[in-house]
Amino acid sequence: MMVRLKDLTTEEPFTSGHRLCAGCGAGTIMRMTLKAIGGPTVIVNATGCVEVASTIYPFTSWKIPWVHVAFENAAAVASGIEAAYKALARRNAWDKHVDVIALAGDGGTFDIGIQALSGALERGHDFLYICYDNEAYMNTGIQRSGATPHGAATTTSPAGRKIPGKPEFKKDLIGICAAHGIEYVATASPAFWNDYITKVRRGLEVVGPAVLHVFSPCPVGMRHDSAKSIEIARLAVQTRYWPVYEVERGKYKLNINVPKPKPLLEFLKMQDRFRHLFQPEFQHEIEVIQHWVDENWERITKRCEES
Amino acid sequence: MSRIMGLTGNEAIAYAVKQSNVDVVAAYPITPQTIMVEAFSEYVHNGEVLTEFVCVESEHSAMSACVGASLTGARVFTATASQGLALMHEMLYIASGLRCPIVMGVANRALSAPINIHGDHSDMMGSRDCGWIQIYAENNQEAYDWVIQAFKIAEDPKVLLPVSVNIDGFIVSFSMEGVEVLEDDEASKFLSMRKPVLTISPDNPITVGALCLPDYYFEMKRQQVEALKESYEVIESVTREYKALTGRRYSFIETYGMENAEAGIICLGSTAGTAKAVAKNLRSKGKKVGVIKPWVYRPFPAEEIIRAVDNLKALAVLDRSCSFGAPYGALSSDIIATLYQYGKDLKVFNGIYGLGGRDITPSDIETVFNEALKVAETRLVKESLKFIGVRE
Repeated sequence: MMVRLKDLTTEEPFTSGHRLCAGCGAGTIMRMTLKAIGGPTVIVNATGCVEVASTIYPFTSWKIPWVHVAFENAAAVASGIEAAYKALARRNAWDKHVDVIALAGDGGTFDIGIQALSGALERGHDFLYICYDNEAYMNTGIQRSGATPHGAATTTSPAGRKIPGKPEFKKDLIGICAAHGIEYVATASPAFWNDYITKVRRGLEVVGPAVLHVFSPCPVGMRHDSAKSIEIARLAVQTRYWPVYEVERGKYKLNINVPKPKPLLEFLKMQDRFRHLFQPEFQHEIEVIQHWVDENWERITKRCEES
Repeated sequence: MSRIMGLTGNEAIAYAVKQSNVDVVAAYPITPQTIMVEAFSEYVHNGEVLTEFVCVESEHSAMSACVGASLTGARVFTATASQGLALMHEMLYIASGLRCPIVMGVANRALSAPINIHGDHSDMMGSRDCGWIQIYAENNQEAYDWVIQAFKIAEDPKVLLPVSVNIDGFIVSFSMEGVEVLEDDEASKFLSMRKPVLTISPDNPITVGALCLPDYYFEMKRQQVEALKESYEVIESVTREYKALTGRRYSFIETYGMENAEAGIICLGSTAGTAKAVAKNLRSKGKKVGVIKPWVYRPFPAEEIIRAVDNLKALAVLDRSCSFGAPYGALSSDIIATLYQYGKDLKVFNGIYGLGGRDITPSDIETVFNEALKVAETRLVKESLKFIGVRE
């Protein structure tokens, strides 16, 4: 059942005063994530925007235990924490269940952290992995990642005269995670808060690993109006750019149907990372992105129908 | 009551880990360490230990999981060698920086390229500045003894640093020897369960691994220097306590024949065994030679070495790794810096030996002793850096 606003705590375990940018989607996502937790919880945070902006020593925005170790290993660190609680319980040195949440951006998940994630999923540790995906290495200054969409301009896939942005396409993270045969994998958007919070809770309930992949608007890197972050996160869903679905025990389920998608152009136009594609010589790239969106939607909805 | 078991170096370490009541082992296989992990996984699968064994997908994840587990308050062990240690390099610094008292067995092995699976010290020496306490064991008995002591040293609130216990790949890791072991209850009594100072418990939320900018980072690093300094005293007291239990006395260095030696060899690990045997033979012929074997390489036992070389006229430092482009090998650089600092006018030369598992024979060692005796007599070092046993 979907959570309701009145079900949520008024406490803010992720406090204000952090130094995330105005309009940062990740800040909103962190706040919602911690509103979803239901008991003793430990956060493992990969190196990235959230890590550097929320724990500048001697300050912290986290009222629950929080650990940062390195960039590529949030899932491995989470494995160790989960294993330690098991071992401590075995010799009666600990008696509570502890939820372990690993948080990482798209760079820390799609690229440098994919091995550690795959290993932890295969080993079946009881933890929830949340990838907040702002579709590039925003923390280091907007470099392309395996999550950056085709055509987007970043500092390592610039809008050149010859090559207009990133030539490659986004990796299918959900497909990769689901292929490990884990119980729960889902996508979300911060514009649909109750869907996201419900999914965090579901991911924590599951015994074993679960993965959430959430769209995270970034005014600096995606180059959009910082007042429009949630609007963009909503448009991502309404244009079918970001299908919101889940894979539970291998069964695909579409959580937000989009029978009449809004024009993709509305979504692209709000973000200057796509601005160069509106020049006449690169207009065909917009069709390429539209084609990718259509195929992706069809692939996912077909699986949902088959499930 | 002591028991003698026939164990390889790897098995001796695995057995010590078993008796140390370790909560979490996270490890990945690599030659010549793998048997440590294999032997331990048998204890797990036969229900002989309560340990949570995490079979990770890389050494990087091994050390990452160890850090996570250690921060949670668990007693943690891992093992690696060579490329595995190199892959862990990033995490070694984080383990010490976050003050995780992890113990790691290292079966020292050469580094690629070219790939080579045999013993030398390039792996650990490549990470010697990582903030870990680093111990080199000569044989299987020492490996066993040091692992049990290592947990007690690492977890002491004055220290809270990780410890690596190094054994020579193949030479020690795969050789079977008689090892005198403690009874389980004796080991448990010597090494009670870990009492962590600060953990990531939900009962007392803390933030670990925050971003420290130029206004705080330096002080954090300075504290690590201090912790390594503090570990001197703890190593001293733990080894004394262990002697009371076992009769085996460990310290920072072991010396042989140094009371009246004029020429000496200083080296790490199993080579010290060969050197002692050769020295014994030469001493029986009236040659004044001796051997210094540092057990503890970090923190560097400067004072102990200075005391040991008091009567010495010439010292050969044998390094089983090469610091490319540096004036000398790692151990040699430390020795020379120490001698200079203490104003010791001792003639020193450095021999690089045994890379990639190249044998160092008693006759090689005898040659080094004779050269050192010659330097002691002539007060002249003709060649300060030489390569022993290589085809030039």
